[in-house]
Amino acid sequence: MNDKQEPVLICKDLCISYYTRAGEIPAVVDFSLTVKPGETIGIVGESGCGKSTVAMAIMQYMGANGGIKSGSIMFKGRDLTTFSEDELRSIRGAEISMIYQEPFASLNPSLKISTQLMEVPLAHETISRDEARERSLQMLTDVKLPDPERVMNSYPHQLSGGQQQRVVIAMGLLSNPSLLLLDEPTTALDVTVEAGIVNLISDISNKFGTSQIYISHNLGLILETCDRVFVMYSGEVVEEGTINSLFTWPKHPYTHGLFSCIPLPTADKNAAPLKPIRGQLPLPFERPSGCYFGPRCDHFKKGLCDQDHFRMENVEGSAPDHRVRCLRYNDIDHTKEASGETVQEPLEIGKRVLNVDGMKKYYEVKDSSLMALITGKSVRHVKANEELNFTAHESETVAIVGESGCGKSTFAKVLMGLETGTEGEIRHLGKDISDIEVRDRSTKQIRSLQMVFQNPFDTLNPSHSIGGQISRVIKQFGVESDKKKIFDRVMTLLDTVKLPRDFYFRKPRQLSGGQKQRIGIARAFAGNPSIVIADEPVSALDVSVAAAVTELLMDIQREHKTTLLFISHDLSVVRYLADRIVVMYLGHILERGSTNEVFDPPYHPYTEALLSAVPIADPEITKRKIVLEGDLPSAMKPPKGCPFCTRCHRKIGDICDNEPPPDQIVRDRHVIKCHIPIEELSKIAPVITVPETSERIQAA
Amino acid sequence: MATTTTQSTTQMPSAGYGAALWRGIKSFALLRESWVGMIGAFLVLFWVLVALFAPLIAQFDPNAAIQPFAKPGAVAASGHTFWLGTDHMGRDILSRIVWGSRTVLFYAPIATVCAYTVGILMGLMAGYRGGLVDDILSRISDIILSFPVLVLYIIVIATIGASGFNIVIAITFASSPGIMRIVRGLVLDLRNRDYVAAAQTRGESDWRIMLFEILPNARGPLIVDACLRLGYVIITIGVLGFLGLGLPPPDPDWGGMVNETRQMAMVFPHMTLFPCIAISSLILGFNLLADGLREISLRD
Repeated sequence: MNDKQEPVLICKDLCISYYTRAGEIPAVVDFSLTVKPGETIGIVGESGCGKSTVAMAIMQYMGANGGIKSGSIMFKGRDLTTFSEDELRSIRGAEISMIYQEPFASLNPSLKISTQLMEVPLAHETISRDEARERSLQMLTDVKLPDPERVMNSYPHQLSGGQQQRVVIAMGLLSNPSLLLLDEPTTALDVTVEAGIVNLISDISNKFGTSQIYISHNLGLILETCDRVFVMYSGEVVEEGTINSLFTWPKHPYTHGLFSCIPLPTADKNAAPLKPIRGQLPLPFERPSGCYFGPRCDHFKKGLCDQDHFRMENVEGSAPDHRVRCLRYNDIDHTKEASGETVQEPLEIGKRVLNVDGMKKYYEVKDSSLMALITGKSVRHVKANEELNFTAHESETVAIVGESGCGKSTFAKVLMGLETGTEGEIRHLGKDISDIEVRDRSTKQIRSLQMVFQNPFDTLNPSHSIGGQISRVIKQFGVESDKKKIFDRVMTLLDTVKLPRDFYFRKPRQLSGGQKQRIGIARAFAGNPSIVIADEPVSALDVSVAAAVTELLMDIQREHKTTLLFISHDLSVVRYLADRIVVMYLGHILERGSTNEVFDPPYHPYTEALLSAVPIADPEITKRKIVLEGDLPSAMKPPKGCPFCTRCHRKIGDICDNEPPPDQIVRDRHVIKCHIPIEELSKIAPVITVPETSERIQAA
Repeated sequence: MATTTTQSTTQMPSAGYGAALWRGIKSFALLRESWVGMIGAFLVLFWVLVALFAPLIAQFDPNAAIQPFAKPGAVAASGHTFWLGTDHMGRDILSRIVWGSRTVLFYAPIATVCAYTVGILMGLMAGYRGGLVDDILSRISDIILSFPVLVLYIIVIATIGASGFNIVIAITFASSPGIMRIVRGLVLDLRNRDYVAAAQTRGESDWRIMLFEILPNARGPLIVDACLRLGYVIITIGVLGFLGLGLPPPDPDWGGMVNETRQMAMVFPHMTLFPCIAISSLILGFNLLADGLREISLRD
């Protein structure tokens, strides 16, 4: 944007290695980057691609075993690699600051916010404490924190995650740095909170003229915040360009593959399924010669792509700074490719298998304070689930959507029998199971209700072999009892989840996250369940892996005619794979209906905000921006009226605060819990608009 | 193609404890990478070999009074040398230390294993079940832990009498509450893991979950602690011997040897010094081994 001004940062031919006992590990190879004043650069890539290493190298904070092997990092004309520790200290935090992923880990829990904020200017400049305090207050106002005085006098734990991250951003900006590094600053936050932070970040460069480097795995976020983007794969940049050129016409097969893995609003699980990238990211010491992406690339040409390591080159006929590391980019016509493997017939929805009727789950919290003794209210309730009503049919995918703390996991626990419901019924195949604990359920009930867990690193017992763990499930469910037959069944299951058979002997630590999640799926489907609950099964996985696991889950569902209850916070995944959606907030179902009904007006105002908060990695799709104020209220003290009234942008008055809203039936099974009449909600313009006359979207 | 080849090669595992044993040995081989651990393992191994081959090493009967107050290096009438001298009753100190290592290396591991069995079972119950079970078990352990350890030993041994078996009981009684605390803490963390939830949702029994799903994953810290605790137990057996609460005489017992000769320590230092060195070296061995194991466990 400011071509005349000198760049803030120039990284040239940077090679960074880690030195371990196993030898040298080249983490980043041949990395060049120029940041102009006021510009926001996005670095996107999957875990292990070296994007955080780049940030650490710029901060010159590599730890004991990391080092810059060659190349230079010029910051305002001076080479950072030659700086002494003292010189670096005067630059870190003052001229370059960094914001990390987890705000609660970045703030010191035993110091007040004021102390931590004022420390920044006091350490780097000679100013008085009063002045420092004033500056800190002003900065808190600038990052749009309500009631900055109160925040100043708080300890970190008294603030919510979103507020904490705003404080961290304020801290980073306090010394007015020329460069701000953001390493996945919103990954640990909820979507509606994330939307607010993203808004703030994209305002920073306008307001303060700060250059930013934004590191993320999420292409949608990069699109919303950055001017230029670098796509990294296995330690090298494979493609760079402006947002417009790169997002509209990605040239590198990897970049293109990434886009095919994201459930964009144009994707459809039957007509246009996701297309996962096959294979796995190579380990740094297993990288092939030539193109690192070669073994996973569909356009790999022997004798050309596996020759010498090649450099970035400019893309002909595109913007001047659109560069790609691919020899064949001109030969590949991405528009001609089929967007998915095969077109599938939509599943036929069968009989009703699950009926949730007025289910409530309250947790008792004993209050032994003096106040409680006086008032006589010694037991308080956390209302995790309030009056849940919905049904699920055979072969149907029902998504339960909501942010953390909305009670979706509590519902899963009651359904699985790990907790018992307080009131109401959950009928599974006609039998109420809401108050039967799992130990009292019959083997048949247990095996027809299984679960896929969220955290791949936690879902398998690290002490037992894969084979042993799956065999145990088969034995426990009474599917087979003969040793040989159990073994055969494990082999079939491994085939089903598309893993090699000799994984039988592996230990979980020898598996990647995606592979572990596949084993988790195999385990859940071992007893031919009628319902499988998947609690955010792909949220901890990289996009290309997540796409493969999602497709696998749906393939198996198709085969077994299983009902899938898919718990998620990510509306784009949900839109892609769900038939019906249940939107939860603070224990209440605010809206439920088929996917199309929920994604089109009339919306519940909360659904509307959620839709707007989901980043979409497509520059041609326009979105109406709705940023929610405030945070989720405590489930201990929910609002008296509508649960959403404290944050609602369409609040109509006192009725919202005082009266619980009615369930308004829009059509058949589409229900909205809101005071606003349906007619009015129907008039709301859609949040997401897909242009109909786009050459690219049509091609896809 | 790939699947067909693996299909033919993947055989049913030959179930075997041999394989498990082999894995254990292999993981022990990792110790080579820790110098501290190697020294510890060497010291422990040395004493284990001494105990195993005691009849070959000791040239005298440990309880035979041969020649009182002999200095180290003195030669006996039989032509053998008292390498470490003899005590006031004329017994060869080297032979007594060699035979005494059998006592220590027999009772210390047994006592530790017993204390661990009780402590682990209590800790698993308290941590996994929680609630009233936890309250009761934790209060019991609080009460036991509130006594000074020595007083506890004296009370127990004085009540049930001094014998090798009773030493095991006393040590189990006094140290299992501490172990329970460690196990309970580990279980409180591990029971919230998804694989435990997965086991619950497939209807496994509580004991199966505690012993097969939780306990194996707590083994790292427990193995390290067990090594340290073995050292403490050796000290304890020594202290009990010193207090006259150990094995009844005349059987050789390192602590007892120190006790019997301590009044002569200024005049005949060899009588007390060598048993002390024996105790310290074995304890040092176990402590260094524990350090080595911890170092390795932190590494991956």
